[in-house]
Amino acid sequence: MVQLLIYLAIALLIITVSQLARVFELAAELKGGHKNKPTERENRNNGRLWLVYLVAFFSFILWQLLNYGPRTLPEAASESGVKLDWLFNFNMIIIFIVFIITHILLFFFAFKYYGRDNNRATFFPHNNKLELIWTSVPAAVLAVIIFLGLKLWTEITTPADDTKSEVIEIYTKQFDFTARYAGKDNVLGKANYKLVIGANVLGLDSADVNGHDDKIVKGELHLPLNKEISFKIRSQDVIHSVYFPYHRAQMNSVPGMTTLIHFKPTITSADMRKRLKNDKFDYYILCNKICGTSHYAMKMLVVVDSPEEYAAWLAKQPEFLPATAKTAAITEPTAAEPKKEEKGM
Amino acid sequence: MSMDIHAVNDHHDAHADHEHHHEESFVSKYVFSMDHKTISRQFLITAVVMAVVGMMMSVMFRLQLAWPHEGFALTNFILGDKWAPKGVLDPNMYMALVTLHGTIMVFMVLTGGLSGTFSNLLIPYQIGARDMASGFLNMLSYWFFFASSLVMLLSCFIETGPASGGWTVYPPLSAVAEFMPGSGLGMTMWLVSMSLFIVSSLLGGLNYIITVINFRTKGMSMTRLPLTIWAFFITAILGVLSFPVLFSAALLLIFDRSFGTSFYLSDIIVNGAPLEQTGGSPILYQHLFWFLGHPEVYIILLPALGLASEIIAVNSRKPIFGYRAMIGSMLAIGFLSFIVWGHHMFITGMNPFLGSVFVFTTLLIAIPSAVKAFNYITTLWKGNIQFTPAMLFAIGLVSTFISGGVTGIILADSALDIPIHDTYFVVAHFHIVMGLSAILGMIGGVYHWFPKLFLRKMNKTMGYIHFWITFVCAYGVFFPMHFLGLAGVPRRYYTNSEVPMFDNLMDINVLITCFAIVGALGQLIFLFNFFYSIFRGEKAEQNPYNSNTLEWTTPMAHTHGNWPGALPVVHRWPYDYSKPGEEADFIPQTVPLRPGEVDGGGH
Repeated sequence: MVQLLIYLAIALLIITVSQLARVFELAAELKGGHKNKPTERENRNNGRLWLVYLVAFFSFILWQLLNYGPRTLPEAASESGVKLDWLFNFNMIIIFIVFIITHILLFFFAFKYYGRDNNRATFFPHNNKLELIWTSVPAAVLAVIIFLGLKLWTEITTPADDTKSEVIEIYTKQFDFTARYAGKDNVLGKANYKLVIGANVLGLDSADVNGHDDKIVKGELHLPLNKEISFKIRSQDVIHSVYFPYHRAQMNSVPGMTTLIHFKPTITSADMRKRLKNDKFDYYILCNKICGTSHYAMKMLVVVDSPEEYAAWLAKQPEFLPATAKTAAITEPTAAEPKKEEKGM
Repeated sequence: MSMDIHAVNDHHDAHADHEHHHEESFVSKYVFSMDHKTISRQFLITAVVMAVVGMMMSVMFRLQLAWPHEGFALTNFILGDKWAPKGVLDPNMYMALVTLHGTIMVFMVLTGGLSGTFSNLLIPYQIGARDMASGFLNMLSYWFFFASSLVMLLSCFIETGPASGGWTVYPPLSAVAEFMPGSGLGMTMWLVSMSLFIVSSLLGGLNYIITVINFRTKGMSMTRLPLTIWAFFITAILGVLSFPVLFSAALLLIFDRSFGTSFYLSDIIVNGAPLEQTGGSPILYQHLFWFLGHPEVYIILLPALGLASEIIAVNSRKPIFGYRAMIGSMLAIGFLSFIVWGHHMFITGMNPFLGSVFVFTTLLIAIPSAVKAFNYITTLWKGNIQFTPAMLFAIGLVSTFISGGVTGIILADSALDIPIHDTYFVVAHFHIVMGLSAILGMIGGVYHWFPKLFLRKMNKTMGYIHFWITFVCAYGVFFPMHFLGLAGVPRRYYTNSEVPMFDNLMDINVLITCFAIVGALGQLIFLFNFFYSIFRGEKAEQNPYNSNTLEWTTPMAHTHGNWPGALPVVHRWPYDYSKPGEEADFIPQTVPLRPGEVDGGGH
């Protein structure tokens, strides 16, 4: 019933608009207007509407800036993120200026030069000086933008020095993230997708001793404050994206290759809660590349700890293949069971 | 070469004389027609139907985004109980709608529909040709397009649903049926449909290029071509060079899906067991896809800019400012569009140094784009602007071209792309700069050339109402999306309610959806006006806008061969509007130059 009413309302709306339109046109014709060419009155009205639109559009944008602006991502929580935000704002100011000037000109000209019956346009086919200006000025501004952008890009993408960083693997699959900490030797053990069987969820090769102290963690990713973190990213099924919105970092995980990012967290979770006056605030990794039906729910909680808290937390995580029975004894029952995998699958 | 052309033209002249004795059957006149005007109308009407489908899809997923998990009678009515139980959109269907909305709008509406309609209509008309170089290939071009659209629509009715891996259909998601329901038969149909589409696009494109090069009438030098033709010409070249690469991408994907190859597959586990296919690279697909994908943006945009150039010049009653600079910038954009594809892949694991090269080439495009924008604005300056509905849409296009273009400067900057890649900031950017600009240009073109398409006129007042509703809603929908992106909201999320960090953004999504609904209802006015005017609109006169270009010298009837007598001879460029010393404010291209008069904007 409601549906029917909606369709009726839509039909009525169209009929009303079309009838109104006809009435307007007939009235215009009676006044001697030309049916086809816009009359001076129509030109004037539309010209004025451009001016109204200009004001309304800018007010709408200002309203959004005030209303939505505070809800955008808070200050960057990583060292490179702070630099990135600065450059972002710098570019944003430039494009905002361009946007505002061109729109004022465009809509104001549309209003000012609306067609009058006894007017004639000015023949102005080209002007080399003007064209030179608006070719060279954008070129100069772009040179600055390109220079600053590439400088930062090189800085961010130069691979981290793994000997001085905390090495962590992020492993993605439909629809969760798993972390692997490199352990005492800070070197990740080799892994092979053919070894992903049963509890060996990341396909670690037990023949590689570097992997024995690796720690596999699900659910929460803990990061130490003020230390460069070097992430190695792998995927076992489709392409996902490891997106750290608060740390301004992102990299796709691609089956068949290991991708890299690194950053240095600068604000602990507790500190960020205080700064935002929000007790419930948490950092997250989100999946940001369409990866299947539950793409929207693929996320991982990120906790940035002080170095001491981090060390304490990490000590509690079980190793992949504990070196002695003693360490095996303190391993939590939920730990990934060390198991010899048969090879040559 | 020129002798050949005359031979063809003479043949056509003779043919035109015999026309009265030659009764065409309904099938050859309206169905399998080889006449460029009929083919143009076939493309347009198919595109309008596809646009309505694409728009309805967007309304359904916008409802879900604004009011997640709530039921809507409309959604249930269209999708049924399987895909929308109690009116709540199924997550798989959400993905499918997003995918098909993108595919249909990008390919069927704004590539096939836009180029197919206006290249076919205007190339022969504006260069003074009897028809396209090959009417037969032209007919095939439409019917391949029709088949492609049909296969795409039919894929909505299969059990596992249509393709749902996003319009870019990146493997391995799209390559392995187990990864999501839409990667099954739906994906196969998507690939079949796209392959047909590529054939259609190539047949059309080759025809456009050959016709523009060989079939210009006497006096119509390249520098006397209207900017519309330049735009269609460059667009066709881009299409012919880039669509085959998409075809190779699709072909390799078909092999991976159906014949056990592994071009794109490596180290993959399916249902707990390793996949035998290994050793390929998913990044390869992205390179191939975006080698088409980026020129594709300009394949969509350039025709719209060309239409806008003509509409703005005619209705400002002024020459387009910087005619040669406009051609130069289109050529520059066309060339650069081939060496920028990597900016879609900054964070895919592509070598960062390669990324820097793409930053450089991409940002260079801003220069010719800026030239175009300033030239449009200067064309309005001191004009005597006639606000036909087409003119409103053309000015709207200039606005969206600028406001969508400037955010491109952020996205092209690889470092700045990192935090907003694949967020709603990107959705806002490309919908404004490419989606809105192209559709505004296309609708403007329909209003402007309706008299040539259907020999009648569309209702002007309804056109005004349609424009203002559309333009208000256009920015109402897409401007707030920038803020969603800056808040870190990823695209293609079925709902934002799964992540606590987005809880305070619900009202933004509600506002966007409200604008989307009003905007969609506003299009009903256009649809009514369009179909009503085809049959009952007022008869149009010979040259309703006092234009200079050749299409308005043809009689107001759809005659075979376009001009009943000899072909018109061209003596001047198309933009002699309000030329000093002339009484009328327009001088058609067929009027000879006065003694001492300089062509091409000199005076």
